[in-house]
Formats: sequence, C-alpha cells, structure tokens
Amino acid sequence: MKALKKLTWIELKLFTRDPLSLVFTLALPLFFLIVLNGVFGNEPEVDPVEDVWRGVGPADYYVPAYLGLVMAAIGVLSMPVRLASYRESGVLRRFRASAMPLWSILGSQILIAMLTAVFGAISITIASTLIYGTELPSEPFLLIPAFFLAALSFSALGVFLGSVLPTSRSAQSAGIMLFFVMFLLSGSGPPPDALTGAMRGVSRALPLTHVVLLLQDPWLGFGWHVSASIVVLAVLVASVLLSIRFFRWE
Amino acid sequence: MSSALIVDGLRKRYDGFTAVDGLSFKVDEGEIFGIIGANGSGKTTTVECAQGLRLADEGSVRVFGLDPQTDRTQLRSEVGSQLQESELPDRLRVWEALDLFASISPGSADWPELLDEWGLTEKRDAAFASLSGGQRQRLLVALALVNRPRLVFLDEMTTGLDPAARRVAWDLIDQIRARGTTVVLVTHFMDEAERLCDRLAVFRSGRIIAEGSPAQLVAEYAGDASVRFSTDQTDLSWLADAPGVTAIDRAGSRVTVQGTGPLLAHTAAALVAHGIAPVDLEVERKSLEDAFLALTDGEEPE
Ligand SMILES: Nc1ncnc2c1ncn2[C@@H]1O[C@H](COP(=O)(O)OP(=O)(O)OP(=O)(O)O)[C@@H](O)[C@H]1O
Ligand SMILES: [Mg+2]
Repeated sequence: MKALKKLTWIELKLFTRDPLSLVFTLALPLFFLIVLNGVFGNEPEVDPVEDVWRGVGPADYYVPAYLGLVMAAIGVLSMPVRLASYRESGVLRRFRASAMPLWSILGSQILIAMLTAVFGAISITIASTLIYGTELPSEPFLLIPAFFLAALSFSALGVFLGSVLPTSRSAQSAGIMLFFVMFLLSGSGPPPDALTGAMRGVSRALPLTHVVLLLQDPWLGFGWHVSASIVVLAVLVASVLLSIRFFRWE
Repeated sequence: MSSALIVDGLRKRYDGFTAVDGLSFKVDEGEIFGIIGANGSGKTTTVECAQGLRLADEGSVRVFGLDPQTDRTQLRSEVGSQLQESELPDRLRVWEALDLFASISPGSADWPELLDEWGLTEKRDAAFASLSGGQRQRLLVALALVNRPRLVFLDEMTTGLDPAARRVAWDLIDQIRARGTTVVLVTHFMDEAERLCDRLAVFRSGRIIAEGSPAQLVAEYAGDASVRFSTDQTDLSWLADAPGVTAIDRAGSRVTVQGTGPLLAHTAAALVAHGIAPVDLEVERKSLEDAFLALTDGEEPE
C-alpha cells in the first residue's frame, strides 16, 4: 500500500514534468473541440432525416465524446508508451529486483490515468460551457459510473498494450495509429451517422465508439446505454486477463 | 558458517547458445565473493539467475534457503541489487529514487546518509537523466544498499567511477562487510578483486575454472615468481640447488632466478651462505592479473 502511494505520487510528479504528455492528453482534445465546434456550431438540425447529431446541437454532442477521447489518448498512447519505455530502459527490471509489487506498479499507472481523465473531463466541460454555452450533464448519477467504467476500461487497455508492445517506439507507432483511427471513426470526429457502411463496421469494433455512447447517453439524458456498457466492461475484463497472461518485465 | 547463496548445477541457454554451463558455488554469510571472467563468460547471467531475474534452464539457486524466483517478496529486505544494466525514469530525481526504494522495505537505511556516503548530496534534486555516468552508477549502488540487505549483488559496481570515487566505494564496501553483509561482486578490475574479495571464482565460457582466495589464485596460476640481483661472481650453479628454483638467467652481471614457493627467502639464504649480499635483491611479485590472464587466455581447458 505504501509502495502504491509513493509510486502514484512519483508518477504524478513525473507526468507534470513531461510537458509533451500533458499537451497530448489534455491540450489536443481541447484543440479538436475548438476546431470542430467552430466548424459545426451548436444549432440542432431541425429535419430528423438530415440529423446526424442525435437530436442535439453539435457542440453538446461533442462534449461527452471528448471526455472519451481524452481517455483514449491516455489508454492507447501515454500509458503504453510509458510502460514500454520502462521495460526498454530496464526500469521494470530494477523494480522487479527490489520486489516492487507488480500490482502497485500497474495500479499507480491506472490511478494516474484515471486522474488525468478526470482532470481532462473537467477542463473540457468548463471550456465548452464557458465558450460555447453547452449543457451540463442531464443525468450526473448515471454519468459518474459510466465515466469511471470507461476510464477504467481504457486504463486496463493501456496496461495491456504496454504489456505486449516491446519498445517505446513500437508503442508510439501503434498508439498514434489507434488514436487517430478511433478519433475519426468513433464519433469524436465526424458523427457516426455521417460515416459510410464500411466505416461503420470498423467503428463498431473500436472501444472508443462504445465509450462515446456510454458517456453521451447519460450526458444528453438518454439514460444508461446497456449494450455499450457491456462492450466497455468486456474490454476491461479482457484487458485485465490478457495483461496478466502477457505481462513481461523485459 | 551458513551459506548466504548456494548455486547448484546452474545452466542457462539462449536460443541454443549455452551461456552458463552447469556451474556450482557457495557464498558464505559475511564474505565478499568475487566473480571475474572475460566478457560474455556468463557472470551477469549467473548473478541475475541468482536474483531470480532470469529463469535458469537447469540447476537450483538458494538465497538464505529460499528460491529467489518464487520467494521474491520474502527476500525483498534481505537482498540488494545493482544490475549491470538498468535505468530509472529520466525525470526522476535522486532523492525520490532513494525515498521510493526505501519505502518498499521495512527497516530501510536512512537515505540522506547514503546520499552523503556516495557523494550525491549535491545532486539530491537532479533528474536521473542529467547525472553523469559515474553519478548514475553511484546512485544505483546506493539503491542496492538502501534496504540494508544481508546479501548484495554488485555487477560491475565501479565501472565508470573515477579513481577517487572507486576508492571511496571500496571503503564503503569494507564498511558494509564490517556490518556482516555478504557481497557478491562481479568485476573486471583485478586490483578491486584483490583488495575486496575473500574468495574469487574465475569464469570461462559459463564454467568456473578456478576458485580460491586471491592469494591462492596468484600462487597457483600466476606462474613462477622471479628474483633479481646483480653480482660479479661467475659460477652460480649452487643456486640451482636452492628449494623451488627452476631456472637461472644471466645478462652480464644481472641475474634472474625463477621458481616457486617462498623464492625470495630461499634465494637470499643461499646467496648469504655463499658470501654474496647483493644490495639490489628484489622480487617481482606476480599479481592476480597474471593469474587471470594465464587462466583465461590459454587453451580452453577440458
Ligand atoms: N538475453 C540474452 N539473449 C541472448 N544471449 C544473451 C542474453 N544475455 C546474455 N547473452 C549471451 O550470454 C553470454 C553471457 O552473457 P553475460 O551477460 O552473462 O556475460 P558477462 O560475463 O556478464 O559479460 P560482461 O563482462 O561483458 O558483462 C554472452 O555471450 C551473451 O551474448
Ligand atoms: Mg556482465
């Protein structure tokens, strides 16, 4: 427990000392948000046949989607890169030699990821409310569990990717690819209803798609998205099991 | 005396290549056990198997009676490790590293004191990436000692250290020995091995080809000692009868006597008995380096 606390505190400090990861996980989604809101505004489409924004204004549509995008940036990029570089440079070996408990090493990474996701969510919500006058969540008591389930799921995915990707270079390449594919196809870029059939097929296979739905529904007042929550939970469980199976110290 | 470390029949292959070839040794509690051998002779592989960081293909390792592979947690506060290759996160500060590693095992050392002993007080707030090679090395050795281990593995502890820092490191190792700590020291420096180690194992191609105290290894493998002096006397044939003398060479008035055992004493006695008392009588002592070269340079022993 002491190790977990110490490691988490140290990882938090390391995170704030690394300006690039701060920019990527927190500033980039904010930048996307500003660009897309600038393009689409926040007027709901009156014609239901033409509507791709689930009946709400585009800016309102995007706020919860960006919460998910921050989680994705953490889960597929910053966590795997950090874990892989720890492996590559022998930090994990050093930890192992001192019998640093594995669960506290990974636990600290997950805690930092959750904390970053919360911080990112708050900054996006504030920015979007202040600049674009978007709505606050309609069903906060559903949103909170949805948020933590989603963040936990992406953190676990991050641990899994960091467990199997051998070097920080490979983690970076795989992460950037995954991140942009998800950004474009999961509802945080172009709205899913505007995608073509083949794109939708890919979209359904991406965890961020389900995370976006899981967050959007309670945010916009559509209730709990059962099927999305099941998929996100499945990603969580699978990531944990695969991490246990495939984790490598070196 | 009980054993701190027992390695028995250890064998390790890397895709067909045998790096460690069935070697066995014991390290008694309280001793400094040195491992020397050429690059690639399997030293790091052996000590990392002994720390449970690599899985041996055959053989067993016992650290205080426990298996380092499965009983790692129980050994956490007993064993210290300085690995030949390991790093810390770039932006981690020196004090944070010590504080972190101290926190995971109860009864850890007072780390500001370690910082001072290893000459890092000035670098307390420096990031790991900003340290010089020798400073990093000193930090990693300090980390190996932060849990006050009963057994510490040091794999090329003084590589990258300047001569003064190396001597400081030797004194610090003396101090931890005085506290009863057992040390397994891998080194390429013969002066270091001679100065610190109670016993040495010489590795060659994954096997131990010689074992003993530095003095024993020198006596056994360094080859003949030689004694030199000058004299004008031409007939020295009687000197060949002195115990241990194997050869006598002459170049003008300069005489070199080769032989084994306490050669200087026997030569001196014979000279004095024949009325010769040379003022320049000197012995050329063989060093551990001579023994090392003799052991590791020649034909592969079978
Ligand atoms: N992970 C590995 N994969 C494949 N081969 C390895 C691996 N680690 C070591 N070897 C090989 O095993 C042999 C022994 O390596 P080891 O690191 O134990 O040598 P060493 O005695 O510590 O050498 P040095 O003095 O250079 O540190 C070498 O030939 C090395 O190439
Ligand atoms: Mg080595």
